Amino acid sequence: MESHDTSTVRARPEPLRAVPVRHPGRWVAVAVLAVLVAMFVHLLVTNDAFNWSFMVDKMFRPPIIEGLLRGTVLMTVSAMLIGVTLGVVVAVMRLSDNPILRGVAWLYTWFFRAVPRLVLLAVFGNIGILWSRIEFGVPFDTQLGQLFGIDNLQLRLFGFSSRDILTGFMAGLLGLALSEAAYMAEIVRAGIQSVDEGQTEAAQALGMSRGQLLRRVVLPQAMRVIIPPTGNETIAMLKDTSLLLYVPVSVELFFQLDAVGKRTFQIFPMYVAACLWYLFLTSILLVGQYFLERHFGKGYGPAGRARLRLRGMTAETGGGGNSGTVGPA
Amino acid sequence: MSELIPGQAGAPAAESRTGAPADGTGLMVRAEQVHKSFGSLEVLKGIDLQVRAGEVCCLLGPSGSGKSTFLRCINHLEKINAGSIRVDGELIGYRERGGRLHEMREKEVAAQRRSIGMVFQRFNLFPHMTVLGNVTEAPVLLGREKKAAARERAAQLLERVGLGDKLGAYPGQLSGGQQQRVAIARALAMRPKLMLFDEPTSALDPELVGEVLDVMKDLARDGMTMIVVTHEIGFAREVGDTLVFMDGGVVVESGDPREVIANPRHERTRTFLAKVL
Ligand SMILES: Nc1ncnc2c1ncn2[C@@H]1O[C@H](COP(=O)(O)OP(=O)(O)OP(=O)(O)O)[C@@H](O)[C@H]1O
Ligand SMILES: [Mg+2]
Repeated sequence: MESHDTSTVRARPEPLRAVPVRHPGRWVAVAVLAVLVAMFVHLLVTNDAFNWSFMVDKMFRPPIIEGLLRGTVLMTVSAMLIGVTLGVVVAVMRLSDNPILRGVAWLYTWFFRAVPRLVLLAVFGNIGILWSRIEFGVPFDTQLGQLFGIDNLQLRLFGFSSRDILTGFMAGLLGLALSEAAYMAEIVRAGIQSVDEGQTEAAQALGMSRGQLLRRVVLPQAMRVIIPPTGNETIAMLKDTSLLLYVPVSVELFFQLDAVGKRTFQIFPMYVAACLWYLFLTSILLVGQYFLERHFGKGYGPAGRARLRLRGMTAETGGGGNSGTVGPA
Repeated sequence: MSELIPGQAGAPAAESRTGAPADGTGLMVRAEQVHKSFGSLEVLKGIDLQVRAGEVCCLLGPSGSGKSTFLRCINHLEKINAGSIRVDGELIGYRERGGRLHEMREKEVAAQRRSIGMVFQRFNLFPHMTVLGNVTEAPVLLGREKKAAARERAAQLLERVGLGDKLGAYPGQLSGGQQQRVAIARALAMRPKLMLFDEPTSALDPELVGEVLDVMKDLARDGMTMIVVTHEIGFAREVGDTLVFMDGGVVVESGDPREVIANPRHERTRTFLAKVL
């Protein structure tokens, strides 16, 4: 207090000399942690079951790298692309005036958020058991035909063998992407709703249609709210590709590591390898997310908006005060 | 260059003031028995209002009297429950066919709104676009103008509202008064025949009110038909052709602004004016 006062009075204050606050607790914590780390390293190094040399030797093998690139990286990218696109569509449907679209969108998010991803993937992987062929056409065609005395009426437009299409990669992709779309829809919906109502009104007043104002005015502004959680979703998706083991998708990192482990009876080292790979991959994404969030957090963002809102609020109360009116605002 | 409304280029202000008949009646806006409820709350209880082409109509009234709601009904941002609103002879939001009313599709409503400009209390500029982008967005997107032509006209409009040097700025970098002037230019870019202002200066610091009112006076002088919700009595007295006082969802009294302000006939008008003046 005193030093502060003198420093403002004097032209050139002399440097402040004070004994800094000591933090003995920190040193105790460091000591405790050092012991714990030493114990952990001891555990890792002295236990032969970890078999480090074996792990390092196996974890860079071509099938594993291929599984990583296709089953993990490519799958994450594709599932997120489809998930985000479909998610935007579902979110827009959810917010539409059309009660049928709204209902369908609600049903969609309800279903795909209620069923666990693992179960969903198992279902998609085994859908071939139910229908060997998947066909599109007039529903109940054979049954309708019988009503009119036609035997075995078939009004199928096109179809494909589910064994050809819905196995492995495609089944996994479909499962992950459809489920992701449900979560993304919620994120996009929150983003759209975060945009000030006045923006929509201004665009409407200019004569824009709903689609136009969504695309040009609302969604670009919703992005700031949508992008950070989408980063989280991408990281979660990357980790969830390990669930593809249950489809099963064979060209996938965890499937491959697991297979090597079971084949060689060295299960644990391969699980550790999986940990290390996922740590590595998610760390890359975390760095990317850091920069994305920094980018979208700056500029005219939340602070500017808050200021504007504040001004609007003071204007409202100020206007009422000016006119000195009574009654509900 | 000197006229703010290119659509009426060359037309002497005085001529459009006297009201070049738009549909034979000379009325730009004709509202009849407009009713509007939000749920069980009846906000508008039968509003009748006529605004001649080229006129400035000032709407006055206490908070909650339904001024904003009525203004929003005029460009169908709110659906009315009963009555009718015509702008330039055209029924808003509905089509008459075979003696029956048909609700318009969203697209048709959007098309109607294009000839009605609206300016909001809180500006509602698009924060992710530059000033130029804000003004050119709608004309280009809606196919009114090619990009180059729209930019040129936007630059002219912005010059006219005194912001010729702010084309590349973002709304967040402007003062409230500047933002509101951009909002006016944005509305004018669609070449509206009618402009609606909902308390355009209430969100502004006192020293910024004048610059916005000046632009509006300019616009009025050029013969734009305007409906202005405002508490600026000075503005109403100076440029208003009619003053309409609303309270509790009805028009309490209306007439020449100077007349109404000087000797209001109704008690409610008198108490309100006493508080505002
Ligand atoms: N979307 C809405 N839903 C429900 N009630 C509404 C809605 N919009 C307005 N109201 C109500 O209608 C009444 C009139 O509101 P309006 O905004 O038209 O008043 P105003 O005359 O513009 O007041 P102010 O001077 O405060 O702007 C208020 O009681 C308000 O609460
Ligand atoms: Mg209002």
